[in-house]
This record gives sequence, C-alpha cells and structure tokens, in this order.
Amino acid sequence: MLLEINPLVLPDPGLMIWSAIAFFILLFILGKFAWKPIMKAIAEREKGINDAIATAEKVKAEMAQLQSDNEKLLAQAREERATILKEAKDIKDKMINDAKEQAKTEAAKIMAETQQAIENQKMAAVIDLKNQVGNLVVEVAEKVLRRELANKPEQENYIKQLTDEIKLN
Amino acid sequence: MSLKRIKPLLAVAFSVYICFFCNSSFAQETPHHEAASTEAPDHKKEEKFDVASTILEHIRDDHNWHLWGHHSVPLPVILKTDKGFEVFSGAQLVDEHHEPVVYNGNYPYKSFEGKIKIVNEDGTVNEEASKKVLDVSITKNVASLLFTVLLLIIIFVSVANAYKKRGVTSAPKGFQSLIEPIIIFVRDEIAKPYLGDRYTAFMPFLLTIFFFIWINNLLGMVPFFPGGANVSGNIAFTLTLALFTFIITTVNGKKHYWQHIFWMPGLPVPMKIFLIPIEVMGVFIKPISLTIRLFANMTAGHILVLSLIALIFILNSLAASALAVPFTVFISMIELLVGFIQAFIFAMLSALYFGMALEEHHEEELVL
Repeated sequence: MLLEINPLVLPDPGLMIWSAIAFFILLFILGKFAWKPIMKAIAEREKGINDAIATAEKVKAEMAQLQSDNEKLLAQAREERATILKEAKDIKDKMINDAKEQAKTEAAKIMAETQQAIENQKMAAVIDLKNQVGNLVVEVAEKVLRRELANKPEQENYIKQLTDEIKLN
Repeated sequence: MSLKRIKPLLAVAFSVYICFFCNSSFAQETPHHEAASTEAPDHKKEEKFDVASTILEHIRDDHNWHLWGHHSVPLPVILKTDKGFEVFSGAQLVDEHHEPVVYNGNYPYKSFEGKIKIVNEDGTVNEEASKKVLDVSITKNVASLLFTVLLLIIIFVSVANAYKKRGVTSAPKGFQSLIEPIIIFVRDEIAKPYLGDRYTAFMPFLLTIFFFIWINNLLGMVPFFPGGANVSGNIAFTLTLALFTFIITTVNGKKHYWQHIFWMPGLPVPMKIFLIPIEVMGVFIKPISLTIRLFANMTAGHILVLSLIALIFILNSLAASALAVPFTVFISMIELLVGFIQAFIFAMLSALYFGMALEEHHEEELVL
C-alpha cells in the first residue's frame, strides 16, 4: 500500500517487459555485431603495440650488446696494436744491434786483414830493402875491393865518399 | 577634400540611424511583452497553475508523445485483458485539449496520470477490473527505449565496421576515436578491477548496460522530441536492468559466494546463524539499491530542472527567467555529469557483484 502513494515508484509491468525486450535485442545485436569485433580489434591492436614495444626493447638490448662488443673488440685491437708495435720496436732494436755487431766484427775482420796486409807489405818491403842493402853492400864491397887494389888513400877516401852516398840514400 | 569631410558626417548619420532603429525595435517589442504577460495571468486565473502535477506529468510515462502546444504524437496502446489483446491509438484516450476521456474498447478505459484504468458507468475507477489490465503499450518511454536501441545499434555497428574497414593497426578515426576510449575505460576501470582475468565473458553485458543507461540519461536531458522521455528515471526500467544484474550474479555464484551467505566461514556458530538473514537480505538489497539509485538520481535531476523552470510560472514574471535559466543550465551541466556517473556506477557495481559471485578461496589463503 505504501508503494501506491506515488505512481512514480510503482514499476509498470508493461515498461518492464519492453525494457527487457529492448535490452535483450541490444545485448544480442551489439554482442554479435559490435562488441565482439570491437573488443577483438582493440585486443589485437594492443597486442600489436605490446609486440612492437617488446621488439624495440629487444633491438635496443641487442644494440647495446653490439656496442659493448664493439668496444671490447676495439680494446682488443688497441692492445694488439700495442703489442705489435712493441714487437716491431724490439725487432728493430735487435736488427740494429745485430747490424752493429756484424759491422763491428766485419770492421774488426777488415782491420785485421788490413793489418795483416800491411804487415806483409812491410815484411816484403823490409825483405826488399834487405836485398837491396845486401846488393849495395856487395856492390860497395866490390868497388871498395877494386879501389883498394889500386890506391890505398884513395880507397879510403872513396870508401868515405861511398859511405856518405849511402847516408844520402 | 570634400569627400574627407563627408565621411565622418556619414558615420554620425549612420550611428544615429542605428540607435534610432534599435530604440524603435525595443519600443515595438515592449508592448508585445506586456500583452503577453497580461494575457498569461488571465489564463492562469482560470486554471490554477499546479507545479507538482505539471512536473509529475513531465516525468511520468504517457500514451502520447507531447511535442509542443496542442501537437503530440499518438502512440499505439496495447492492452491485454481477460478478453484478449486490444490495440488502439493513444489519441483516443485524450480530447483535443489533452484532457483524458473515456475510450470504449472491450471495456471503458480512461487514463489516470498515464495509467489506463477501467471506469464504471458513472466515471469512477473500477479498481477490481483495472487490476486485470496488462498495459503493454508502446508508451513514450517504450518508444524512446526503442529509439535508443536503434541509435546504439547504428552507432556501435558503424564503429565495429570502422575497425573492419580500417584494420586494427591504424589509429582510430572520427567517431571511432570517441567511442574507443570509453570502451577501454569500461574494460580497464569497470571490468578488469573487479573481474580479473574472467572479464571477457562479462564485457558485452557491462558495455551494453553502460551505454544503454548513459544514452538514455543523455536523451532524457534533451527537452524536445525525440528526447525528453524519462526512461532511466523510470523505476520499471532501472528495476529490469537491476534484475539482469541480479540474475547473472545468482547464476554465476560459486560455492564460495553461497558459503559466505549461508555459512560465513571463520566465525563462531551463533554469529554464523545471526549473519544468515542479513546476508540473504543483502542479496536482494543489492539489486534494489541499484534500482533506486539510478531511478532516484535521474528523477531528482529532472524534477530539479523542471522546478527551476517552473519558478518562472510560480513567480509569474519574465524577470524570474534571469535567475531560473542560468540555474537550469548549471543543473543541466551537473546532470550531464550525473548521467555519466550513474551509468558508470551501475556498470561498476554490476561488475563488483559479478566479481563477488565469482570469487574463489582468497581469504582462506590469507588466514593461513
């Protein structure tokens, strides 16, 4: 009885029936032709966006990995270059030293040979000198002997003269 | 030189002419208003202006859709009595002044405040016979409801076609871009928080109920045809929707849900027995609260707007409109917000009840 005070709060069965019918029609048609494709499309788009973001993240990580790899390689290359340079320097030094050594020994050898040659020449010259001196002595002795046989003072004088000549020689 | 002198003169002449013209037009209008305002009280004196009945007339359902003045769209009246179905035009129930008259169909019918009753020979209502009448007419509300259904189907099927046509990878465009955020809002703010992973099964219902209520709220705000019907402010409509929520909740109720109602776990036995009637009442109070919340909010908004407009007629002066119209605009703005919020709350609480029905053993795990 309380509800009949105001017709506003008295639900009208006719309108209830029509509301139910309208709602069922709406639920059926929209569910089939609107909500299903729309929700599917939105879900697909969101999945696409998520995938794109994930891919971007992955690529970013790969890029970072690549960069660190590059840096590692670069450091390695730098190290290698340093070792190569060091080795080259060592080889160079060694070569120079070797060359020096070789030059030294070579020079020593040449010197020794030269000295030998000089010695030989000297010896030859001395021998030659000796021979000449011998010859001269023999010649002088011959001449002296010849003079002596002729004139004594003259001989002496002549000897003296000869000896002077030798001195000049 | 002479032209330069003429120019300001022309300007002065023109402004004087305009001022004169305005004054004359005001002068013409003033008596017209006076005539109108003097005419109105005479009319009112004849039949006293009853604010309450006028407002209630606007809020309640009717068998004719009033357009303006003496024009209205007659709607089909469908009645089921013990003599079977009966269809006639709503125009038969009123005379040319929109006063209800008796229509003699299978019974003599007369409309009392929008409800069709059977009258006796002497014009009094035959309550006993009236109870047998089932009125399934296409009333103003039903017509508005069907219009809403058509509107929603057109809107959302076209949006769905836009997805099919434009593909899912491209950004939404036009109307699609207006609707999509709202759909995502319903999904992320209503369905997901309360239903978790099982939200997909309830999305069609929640979306339908949300947009159905919202568009009815919005159309109810439109003061002229084809709006103006107070559908979402009608208790029959809100009760029907709440019943759907109630049925879905009850059908989906898992063991845990029923256990919470009939044998609350984790409490002493007397407390369990004490809680049974409260919980059982709660099951029915939930849909009733849904019904009354939407009905009362929308009806209150309509009454407020109509009352503010009625101020002009109560005070019987045009000056009152200076106050009433800005207030009406202000309240209408709030009503726009309320229309959205009520649709949101209805859908959200529905989702909450579904979530409660679906809930599995969470609390026991917490206790352990």
